[in-house]
Amino acid sequence: MSTDTRIRLGLGPVLFHWPADRLRDFYFRIADEADCDTVYVGEAVCSKRMPLNAAVLPEIVERLTRAGKEVVLSSLALIGDDREVAAMTALIASAPGLVEANDAAVLRLLRGRPHIAGPFINIYNEDALGFLAGQGVVRVCLPFELPGTVIARLAALSPVPLEVLVFGRVPLAISARCFHARAEGRSKDNCQFACNADADGRLVSTVEEVPFLALNGLQTLSARAANLLGELAPLQEAGVRRFRLSPHTGDMKATLALFRAVAEGRQAPEEASGRLARLHPNLEFANGFYYGAPGHDYVVRPVSAATLAVNAAR
Amino acid sequence: MSAALQTTTVTKPEIVAPAGTPAALVAAINAGADTVYCGFRDATNARNYPGLNFTAEDLKEGLAYAHARGRKVNVAINTYASAGSTGAWHRAIDTAADLGADAVIMADIGLLDYTARRHPKLRRHLSVQAGASTLPSIEYYYESFGISRMILPRMFTVEEIAELKTRVPIEIECFIFGSLSPMTEGRCSLSAYATGRAPNLCGVCSPAEFVRYDTVEGMLVCRLGDFAVNAFDASEPAGYPTICKGRFIAGDSATAAYVFEEPECLNAATHIGTLRRAGICAFKIEGRQRGRFYVAEVVGAFRELIDAEANGEPLARHNGAMEQLRRLAEGGEETQGALKRGWR
Repeated sequence: MSTDTRIRLGLGPVLFHWPADRLRDFYFRIADEADCDTVYVGEAVCSKRMPLNAAVLPEIVERLTRAGKEVVLSSLALIGDDREVAAMTALIASAPGLVEANDAAVLRLLRGRPHIAGPFINIYNEDALGFLAGQGVVRVCLPFELPGTVIARLAALSPVPLEVLVFGRVPLAISARCFHARAEGRSKDNCQFACNADADGRLVSTVEEVPFLALNGLQTLSARAANLLGELAPLQEAGVRRFRLSPHTGDMKATLALFRAVAEGRQAPEEASGRLARLHPNLEFANGFYYGAPGHDYVVRPVSAATLAVNAAR
Repeated sequence: MSAALQTTTVTKPEIVAPAGTPAALVAAINAGADTVYCGFRDATNARNYPGLNFTAEDLKEGLAYAHARGRKVNVAINTYASAGSTGAWHRAIDTAADLGADAVIMADIGLLDYTARRHPKLRRHLSVQAGASTLPSIEYYYESFGISRMILPRMFTVEEIAELKTRVPIEIECFIFGSLSPMTEGRCSLSAYATGRAPNLCGVCSPAEFVRYDTVEGMLVCRLGDFAVNAFDASEPAGYPTICKGRFIAGDSATAAYVFEEPECLNAATHIGTLRRAGICAFKIEGRQRGRFYVAEVVGAFRELIDAEANGEPLARHNGAMEQLRRLAEGGEETQGALKRGWR
């Protein structure tokens, strides 16, 4: 386990298809104003979006670096052809620092040099962690469906720091087929970027109009966003020091500040959750994966020790 | 074994058939399967359903039955072991090795590493659950764990498969028949989101204990956990509520649609010649959850077609077998899936 006990907040890659201008404005604000340690930048979902944002990427990386953030380039979660492999090779060559591998192809390209295993690499046990650490992995963002009990065991055994997603719609599946294009009656080859209309993903509801999932091109996410404000304390007790927030259209600067305040014991998680809902009025929340329950569940914990401590201090 | 199989000079791809039970293993071998794959009766395999799978004793008997007839048995240990629980997976691997399994089918990096070090002579096949889909990812598993074969994800056209095979240093096994997931396997938590149980950690997808059917305003609604996954009127046959094959409303759409995939069955019978000539060494039939009669029928039909194709006979002369496969396709609807251009 790492002896560094500081809390590190990481802003995950923007998973949705935001136009270049929006992406630049978003990251400039994060660089100038937001309290986060690491910013993961790059296209993790669809290679067809990459050329559209290529022009603004260098200035984003430069601005974030100048602001003192650690910048990590994230790679695609699904790589299917030579063109995409070549794009990953170019990404690695252009990286100012670490690269996050989200597919075994990128693990192969990065082998022997320091790199990060991203959440789309299936790491569920200490054997896999140990093997990857031996190949050069220096940090791991764990898969999203892992229950807290398994996270705690991994944290106790891990030779490298672990990061856990604590906010945002949860990526649940990826496909070679584009569901956004399919919803418009198009194929992936002729998608006309159907995904750019939905900055937080396109909601998928049941026939009874219950919100269920969210489409994002090749990716399918949860309709409810992860909110682990109430689980930051037990995660910290288990030795997890790195927390990832996935960008949405709501105020991410304020969202990062909320998670920092709760992680440092300055704000009660229950109170922070109310504020989080106001920052993201279009999102509902869930924490079921942490409890080994259905991922869409929101498990209400008894008033936490963290809350009692904050209240006692007042 | 048929006379044709012994006399032909063409290298025919193996038929790799599913066996959810010892009876299905016998049925598959008797119907002409070259290889059968099966799993243990626990969460170490991706078809961990009640009433299915093999004890160590079952596997021992199955191996004896297969080996006496010159056939093979591959053992699927293709889920992911949770931290602190790897012992059960290690025991499954050790048992498969000790009993003389012909190969183990695996996806977990940690377990592949364990097997490569502990049982270097046991053939390791990379499960489709590993989702290796490019040359560097295949190289990653080959160089790291010495895999002999990979089972290709169902995302490529026939042309792409043929091209990939020319560059890959190992054997490639392709799915030719059965239920098709549009999602990259080993990367899907949809079932866990609705039920808390999914393929990677539990070896199940849309498990039956979470399934409910009820009638609402004349429609048969099928549910998985808290979610209605589909609704059928009296004119439609009701399907099983697998999330990726359900009907949903996307965005502002006025009607529910199959947002991910229609409930179809892959049938690649028309591609067996092209795939054989491309050097694909094994044709995999999905369906360890299926009964022995189904398995025997599918294997029998493919035995006839693969032998005929290798002998240079036009498949048009084997309409009976083609028709039989069409009839066995799930819900009566068949698809060539990603094999045909345009699926993506």
